[in-house]
Amino acid sequence: MLNTVYRLTAPRRFEVQFNDIDLFGEQIVVRPTYLSICNADQRYYQGKRAPEVLKKKLPMALIHEGIGEVVYDPKGEFKPGDNVVMIPNTPVEKDDMIAENYLRSSKFRGSGFDGFMQDNVALDRDRVLLLPEGINQKVAAFTEIISVSVHALRRFDEIAHKRRNRIGIWGDGNLGYITSLLCKSMFPDTEIFVFGVHEEKLEDFSFVDGTCLVDKIPEDFSMDHAIECVGGEGSQSAIQQIIDYINPEGTISILGVSEYPVPVETRMILEKGLRMFGSSRSGRADFEKTIDIYKKNPEVVEYLSNIVGAVVKVRTVKDMTKAFEMDIHKSYGKTIMKWEK
Amino acid sequence: MIFGVILAGGIGSRMGNVEKPKQYLNLGGKPVIVHTVEKFFVNDAFDKIIILCPDSWVNHTKNLMKKYLHGDEKIVVIEGGSTRNETIMNSIQYIDENFGVDDDTIIVTHDAVRPFVTHRILNENIAAAKEYGACDTVVSAADTIVQRTEEGTMIADIPDRSRMCQGQTPQSFKAAKIRDLYNSLTAEEKETLPDACRICVLKGEPVYLVEGEVFNMKITYPYDLQVAETLVKGEY
Repeated sequence: MLNTVYRLTAPRRFEVQFNDIDLFGEQIVVRPTYLSICNADQRYYQGKRAPEVLKKKLPMALIHEGIGEVVYDPKGEFKPGDNVVMIPNTPVEKDDMIAENYLRSSKFRGSGFDGFMQDNVALDRDRVLLLPEGINQKVAAFTEIISVSVHALRRFDEIAHKRRNRIGIWGDGNLGYITSLLCKSMFPDTEIFVFGVHEEKLEDFSFVDGTCLVDKIPEDFSMDHAIECVGGEGSQSAIQQIIDYINPEGTISILGVSEYPVPVETRMILEKGLRMFGSSRSGRADFEKTIDIYKKNPEVVEYLSNIVGAVVKVRTVKDMTKAFEMDIHKSYGKTIMKWEK
Repeated sequence: MIFGVILAGGIGSRMGNVEKPKQYLNLGGKPVIVHTVEKFFVNDAFDKIIILCPDSWVNHTKNLMKKYLHGDEKIVVIEGGSTRNETIMNSIQYIDENFGVDDDTIIVTHDAVRPFVTHRILNENIAAAKEYGACDTVVSAADTIVQRTEEGTMIADIPDRSRMCQGQTPQSFKAAKIRDLYNSLTAEEKETLPDACRICVLKGEPVYLVEGEVFNMKITYPYDLQVAETLVKGEY
């Protein structure tokens, strides 16, 4: 079936292109309904990736956070209209030791190949998961980033020592909000403290045990473990503060993406015997766990709905540009495209 | 019930046209008509897809559906009529004989040679036909439209471009309504019909406009097929 793909061909330019979907192959055809814009999409859209990266990857359809409805399943396991989340990580091999999202051979939507900005998306059977009935669609749209937090927290649970009286989370943006919310949900007996630079944003973190501006942290503050959700230019100072305040043998989970290498005070990492680990993306198991949380903790979905920002109806290529431009100028929250292509 | 009605030409060799109809030419490795039918096939809203083609092409079209769409029962191939509107009437007659036609029977009529139609256009057609009884798919005219004098060498008028649109398909209707309107036309009126929406316009019935897509192009000339092939291959 001829399928329309809306690819970024150059910074700030989307163009209509086509591919052919084999209706009788192994893949399930899903029609996107709600798509969510991520910072990684913005880096392509604004041309903030290195020129050689842009040259290699474009043209490419953006977006790796999204849900849709099943249009056609050649095996009939999914019914037309089923509300599903699409998993962007696409492994091509199995490894008993290494998670699918860390296999160097895995492909990722909107990074290594076409993302979800298409009329229809053909996905491998294990890349589609049914969403709970009645779920808030705008929240479900960014299930992917939620599953990234879930993934990092699951790894944290495996790696960090068991004294978890207090965890500090750095970052008051979307990732900080989602991670601290999920952290409280997964570790309800642990005190969660969030550190940021925007007082009004920190006020929205009412579900944690405390918040604090990064320049007003009490000297005697300490925590057992920490999670960094800052990224970018703020990475260095955030990691430095974490090293300063964390207790010996604590674990630091790094989630913020930085385009450039970040200097780290390794002396104190050595002296305190700290563990530092990175997490990126997520796999099917993390999506399953996230959906499980949606079902068991509906209040989590309610809190997540507070970071739904602009919802832009997309019927034309012009609307796509409008959504991305609005997202650039947003002060807070996730920009959602209601996909009506 | 909702029916996809694929108009695959009512003329062909009977009109002395020895060229292979464009809907049977290959586009990206598959006949154009297969691409078009696939769009209807995956849309769950359609209860049945009726393909109407010249009698001499019925078996070939059936074979294509068998080969590319596994002979799915959702698709039927029948003979078209002598004109576009007679072909549409044939589809309604088929529906009446097999399923019955009532007020909720919707037909979404579409050119077999427009394989780039989108899911949105189809769904908006269905919704508009349900609500308004008839709809046409159009895009705003990109070029200025010039109306010529009767003898054809001079400008008679240049209509306001902001109100001009180019007609595409699908055109969708409540089947009973379009049949009754068509049957109420005189033979002379029937001859002046370029398409089915004109039936409604002649009778003063409202026709809702669904926004099409520039790329929902009609493959009429060899040039169009080249453009379509280029679009599919992404070599531009």
